[in-house]
Amino acid sequence: MLKQILVYALILALSLIGYFVITEPIILGPTASMVIIILIALVLLYILVRTIMGSFVGRRTVFTFVAIAVILPFFMTVDQPIKVSPEVQQLYDAVMALRPGSKVLVSFDYDPPSAPELQPMAESFFALCIERDLKIIIMGLWPQGPQQADLAMQTILREEAFAGKSWKYGTDYVNLGFQSGNEFVIQRMGGEIGSMFHNDFYGTPYDSLPLVRNIKNFSNIDFSFNLSAGYPGSVEWVQVAVDRYGLKMGAGNTAVQAPQMYPYLRAGQLTGLLGGLNGAAEFEKVTGRKAKGTRFMVSQSFSHVVVIAFIIIGNAAFFLGEKRRKKPEGETS
Amino acid sequence: MEQQIGLWVGAFLTMGIISFLYKDNPWYKLTEAIFVGISAGYWFVALFWDNIVGKFWIGVFDRGDYYLLVGAVLGLLMLMRLAPKIGWISRWPLSFVVGAISGFYLLNYFSSNVMLQVQSTIMPLFSPQFNDPLFTSSAGNIISNLFIAGGTFTGLVYFFFSKEHKGAFGGAAKIGIWVIMITFGASFGYTVMSRMSLLIGRMYFIFGEWLNLIG
Repeated sequence: MLKQILVYALILALSLIGYFVITEPIILGPTASMVIIILIALVLLYILVRTIMGSFVGRRTVFTFVAIAVILPFFMTVDQPIKVSPEVQQLYDAVMALRPGSKVLVSFDYDPPSAPELQPMAESFFALCIERDLKIIIMGLWPQGPQQADLAMQTILREEAFAGKSWKYGTDYVNLGFQSGNEFVIQRMGGEIGSMFHNDFYGTPYDSLPLVRNIKNFSNIDFSFNLSAGYPGSVEWVQVAVDRYGLKMGAGNTAVQAPQMYPYLRAGQLTGLLGGLNGAAEFEKVTGRKAKGTRFMVSQSFSHVVVIAFIIIGNAAFFLGEKRRKKPEGETS
Repeated sequence: MEQQIGLWVGAFLTMGIISFLYKDNPWYKLTEAIFVGISAGYWFVALFWDNIVGKFWIGVFDRGDYYLLVGAVLGLLMLMRLAPKIGWISRWPLSFVVGAISGFYLLNYFSSNVMLQVQSTIMPLFSPQFNDPLFTSSAGNIISNLFIAGGTFTGLVYFFFSKEHKGAFGGAAKIGIWVIMITFGASFGYTVMSRMSLLIGRMYFIFGEWLNLIG
């Protein structure tokens, strides 16, 4: 118990030091960054050698390395080259092909836990739409989706690049809010969008919003983009809105969901796909607006290298363990 | 000030959850209990206002959509299972839900996940579309088409259990299991990426938004 209290006190002390004492951001130069990377690589190599020699590391060592790999790149001045994949390019091209004034339906089917992956996509997509003067209609099949949309929109409208744009709620973009009912909402929207959204997110009646007043169903929507973290999400949108009503749609998914979406992309049911943080970073690259997606990718890559290293170490430990078990009793050293 | 309090609470809860990586402890338990309680409360309130008030009450009494009463009655019948003696009544609305959803899904899945997927698998191997001349597709596309056709076929062979997996058939099944394993590997890789992204998001919150240490 005393040990636990001491650990809590230490964490609190470190937090207070971080909050009150270190007032300037920490930035590690390129040389310091390289030295740290080399040191981490050497320690991982040392762990591999120790494992081969029969001394295994505990799970807390793995956690520590993953934490280091995630946190350190925030302070480093390391750039990562990002290559734009065809599916991201396809989404970008589809948006660029829309004429100014086209109506884009964006469904936010995720909540804050998936925001690190999907929020950068949402922000980049909004930025591109505003730049292209496309009208945005926001909605959500997840209760917190429209709030995430609001956050993304506010972030973009605060940016210097869009300071001169007189982007008005009601005429340039609307947030229709959340609607429960999962894929049945999409089904009903195919008949009449207004029957599912009597009021917008702020309580304004659907018919009082100039942007959507004349929008009856999906046939009045030029393009759709779905940000999804699970059910209901992109799969349901493809099945109902795309395949049944012929809506043209691109998707941005969490990395967990992305492999499930690739068959739809190949079959032409999806027009472009952003998969996970990688997709977000690629979309930022193609739109020329570097933000959190690009920044987080360095941490992502570092952590992947660490995970791969520990997969190798783990396999070494497993096979060596197997070998030792197979040896007769007398032969073990 | 409110924002600062929010940041401190967020940081306290985030670190509480992460503390489980060391070992189970009271801080983690407190954080977990707060999360479960708030989630349950949030969903209850959100669904109450959206469904019972937003859809049913306003629908029936403000807009006069009386057909919603059918749904309300079915919903009430569902609650009958709380009374053991008349619990069997709850099977009626349940059968309605199962029937309606089966019908809806049957059409959707058959069209989107069967017909269109089969169509996209049976692509011409050496040309972009069926009417295009042979060998006009790029080398990458040809390899990709071959891999998809071969992978789908051998994957199906692996799941064919009416014949013993021996000889050429067994070889195809072995390739099939490799294809399936590669698929699982890709899926696992994406899952790692997703989980790391969540951790990155939380760490950015701690070091960037809360402690302001990131430049």
